[in-house]
Amino acid sequence: MTDKTVIIGLEIHCQLNTKTKLFCGCSTDFQGDEPNTHVCPICLGLPGAMPRLNKQAVLYALKVAKALNLTVPEVSEFSRKNYFYPDLPKGYQISQYDKPIAEKGIMEVDDDEGHPKNIRITRIHLEEDPGRLIHKTSRDRAGYSLVDYNRSSIPLIEIVTEPDLRSPKEARRFLNKLRSTLEYLEVFDGEREGSIRVDANISIKGHNRVECKNISSYKGVEKALNFEITRQRNLIRKGQRIEQETRHFLEGRGITTSSRSKENENDYRYFPEPDLRPLRVSGWVDDIVLPELPDARRERFMTQYGISENHARTLTGDLKVANFYESVADADSAIAAIWVADILLGEINYRSMRIDDVPTMNIADLIALIRDDTITDKSGVEVLRVMLDHCMGDNVETCEMPADIVTRLGLTKAAGDDFTAVIGEVIAANPNAVADYHAGKKGAVNFLVGQVMKATRGRADPKELNRVMADALKETEE
Amino acid sequence: MVLENDVEGIAKLADIHIQKEELGEFTSQFNHILEYFDILDTVSDGEEGKADLVNVLREDVVTPSLTQEAACANAHETEDGHIRAPRVM
Amino acid sequence: MVKEYFFEKTDRTNAFITRLGLAMYEETGGPLEGKGIAVKDNISTAGIPTTCGSRILAGYVPPFDAHVVTRLREAGAAIVGKTNMDEFGMGTTTENSAFGPTTNPHDASRVPGGSSGGSAAAVGDGMVDMALGSDTGGSIRCPAAFCGIVGLKPTFGRVSRYGLIAYSNSLEQIGPLGRTVTDVNTLMSVIAGPDPRDTTAYDRPYTHTPSGEIAGMKIAVPEEFFGEGVDPAVAESVRNAIGKLEDAGAETMTCSIPSMAYALAAYYVTCTSEASSNLSRFDGVRFGPSVETKRSWHDEFRDHRGTLFGKEVQRRILLGTFALSAGYYGKYYAKAQVARENVRKDFLRIFKDADIIAGPTMPQIAFKLGEKSDPLSMYLADILTVPANLAGVPAISVPCGTVDKMPVGLQLIGRHFEEERVVDAAFAYEMEVA
Repeated sequence: MTDKTVIIGLEIHCQLNTKTKLFCGCSTDFQGDEPNTHVCPICLGLPGAMPRLNKQAVLYALKVAKALNLTVPEVSEFSRKNYFYPDLPKGYQISQYDKPIAEKGIMEVDDDEGHPKNIRITRIHLEEDPGRLIHKTSRDRAGYSLVDYNRSSIPLIEIVTEPDLRSPKEARRFLNKLRSTLEYLEVFDGEREGSIRVDANISIKGHNRVECKNISSYKGVEKALNFEITRQRNLIRKGQRIEQETRHFLEGRGITTSSRSKENENDYRYFPEPDLRPLRVSGWVDDIVLPELPDARRERFMTQYGISENHARTLTGDLKVANFYESVADADSAIAAIWVADILLGEINYRSMRIDDVPTMNIADLIALIRDDTITDKSGVEVLRVMLDHCMGDNVETCEMPADIVTRLGLTKAAGDDFTAVIGEVIAANPNAVADYHAGKKGAVNFLVGQVMKATRGRADPKELNRVMADALKETEE
Repeated sequence: MVLENDVEGIAKLADIHIQKEELGEFTSQFNHILEYFDILDTVSDGEEGKADLVNVLREDVVTPSLTQEAACANAHETEDGHIRAPRVM
Repeated sequence: MVKEYFFEKTDRTNAFITRLGLAMYEETGGPLEGKGIAVKDNISTAGIPTTCGSRILAGYVPPFDAHVVTRLREAGAAIVGKTNMDEFGMGTTTENSAFGPTTNPHDASRVPGGSSGGSAAAVGDGMVDMALGSDTGGSIRCPAAFCGIVGLKPTFGRVSRYGLIAYSNSLEQIGPLGRTVTDVNTLMSVIAGPDPRDTTAYDRPYTHTPSGEIAGMKIAVPEEFFGEGVDPAVAESVRNAIGKLEDAGAETMTCSIPSMAYALAAYYVTCTSEASSNLSRFDGVRFGPSVETKRSWHDEFRDHRGTLFGKEVQRRILLGTFALSAGYYGKYYAKAQVARENVRKDFLRIFKDADIIAGPTMPQIAFKLGEKSDPLSMYLADILTVPANLAGVPAISVPCGTVDKMPVGLQLIGRHFEEERVVDAAFAYEMEVA
């Protein structure tokens, strides 16, 4: 429920999917690799090494800026943000401060009542990620840290919003849309570990603002905000003051805790990075061609494929799903919408599979089987499950074609007449139900139909079966 | 004019431990130097220099990284390919 | 073909931090083939310890060569060792070194100047013909002047800084020191040139043969270079030297650099600010003396840096931290950048009419060891060298006589990327007095 007194602003750090790091040629593709194997003098911060800015990262940032309607100033530059931490190899982070790459944009999201509203984007800037720390405890209880610099200097964009969001759900919707926009722009891979991190500023109107740092999931943002609203309201109700502070979100416990750092301790002493030259790239924006973005694609899906807004929304929320849908929509766009949006997504989610693990050819085949009335919907679900259970990720070969499954399991839809014998058996085996039926309990027919379905493993067309069953029961009346 | 506890605060920000007995001398030298810097107050506001070299960028092409051994060669303590650092918690 | 170079000269001045008794070089047919070259110890050398004259880098062996070192090797040079320096380049005397002071080859009771004092002393004492130094606010020209040799600070961006351990990135350049202008010219031609790894560097190679033909060259002499604080005997030597340039056909004129009033303050605010950030990486984690990992990082870093950085380094880090801190940035750092731009504009204005600006390199001859114990009085000695760094223009120091048997340096400053002209003027002087 929208509450006008809740004020939320977000700072979203997104990893750009460039091949190399922001300031050196080390590969960003380190998932699963040994620690400290994607490092060089630059990202290790060795003395004498100098940063070299990745052009692709600049182009990606400009693409995002254009998609979110930001202005690219004539000059932007990098600054050093100075602070000490063991994962920060240089003792400063190369970021942008008073001259970010883009300023003042807008993204539209639906509020909790479903009405579109504009969320203002303050700025977008480029910056490098620090390394990764692992906290170790040892037997004598004095812990230490282990550092892996593979992540050091991974390119990030930070997107900062104005405090225009009014509820945790709205914030979640904003993030979902942002994520899908970034994926449509092909600058971001939401499936990479740590690809998005959010700092959320939240306050209740008239009270101090609290910053919740380092939330690393979409769900986490909503949870952290809900927790904070409750916590802050409770304090206000008790007449207590809300401290202006930074809090950390503990994902596992779903709570925020004070990090006990006072705001004024964060004196980052920003100054222009003397080892990098400024950017003058405002003129580059015109040359950037944006792909179709989620809103436009949703509209197109509705008109081109004649599907509902809800289906269109679900199908366009994720670039890969939208592409998947379009490659199977030819067979029958309406059936395809139902089967992809309502059934397939749930089934792959349940199996922790990704949409690209499913060959489109197989789903197109399944949709054709449904369209041609070859199998019932129920059999269709069975075929899909059998198929997905044996799909081995990328290996398309392992994914059996639905038509073969239908043949193998004998799932071809049969007319009611083919089941006369089964119906006879079911009627004979359930005299009580038959008696109930004749006593006027018409619902008993559903039970009997269900028994036939069970015995035939769903191959019968339900409408047809109902008709034949009614006839058979009539015969038992004499 | 800065005081000893100002210098202590700056040292804290700079993550440098200054011995108590050295604080007095540091502070007086600091004040001498800052007094000299006051000449900058006579500079009227104006333009900072503009760079003639802009948009110096690198193509997004992977170059070889160091081996884990080379990356850790100058570190004193390593563990499973990680570099040990003081505790943060 | 790899060949051996035996480096057995006695180091009377404590010029070297690291010496290679046996240095290798390649027969490349390059201009430095078989020549022993000394390299300042803030320039990274793969496999050779690089300390910046600091205890905080004890044991550090870079896994890569600085761009200039690669160029030296390609030119056939034998790198014979790493020279002493004020810790991280912070000093004017080479007394601020964890490895003890270097002394002046002309008088062991005097300093060689700094911060590239080791390089200058090694050349001045005949241990090597040429050496590399770095110049942030005079660190090549000052020791060249004090040791009676030639030293060139190139235009900002003409020589790649990749591998130079940064003290103040926006001001410093690596440059050559040698006994003659010709040697300096040769070394300059080796180290200049493009390097994509330093994105502040230009693609402006240096291929020049010095020429003494300076007839018609216009030389401006700033009155500020002969003002208060400049030893009259030094001033007289330099005026005589400028007279020799007139004899060689140059025309002289007087000029004024009003921004000199605050140039030194702008310089120290800028370099300490940048240093406060540059020196943050010395935390004992990835390199340098070990830290106790069982202590909290904050306590450990503070003690590590409090123990292993020398006093002058600590002082400059604190000054820079202060100049950048909330509430003071505008008064110090931002103002210094405007001041710096004013210095640049003064130079550009003078260079509309003049080809070269000439004056003393240092206001005095080499100090006695321990003479400059007060930091501010040491800083003030840089007054004549920092303007060229603030403006980014090339400047050379060439020996021009003696005062009290100690060498004096003539400083010649040129337009951006006109090292050639600066070298020609210095060469003309050298020929005139030969």
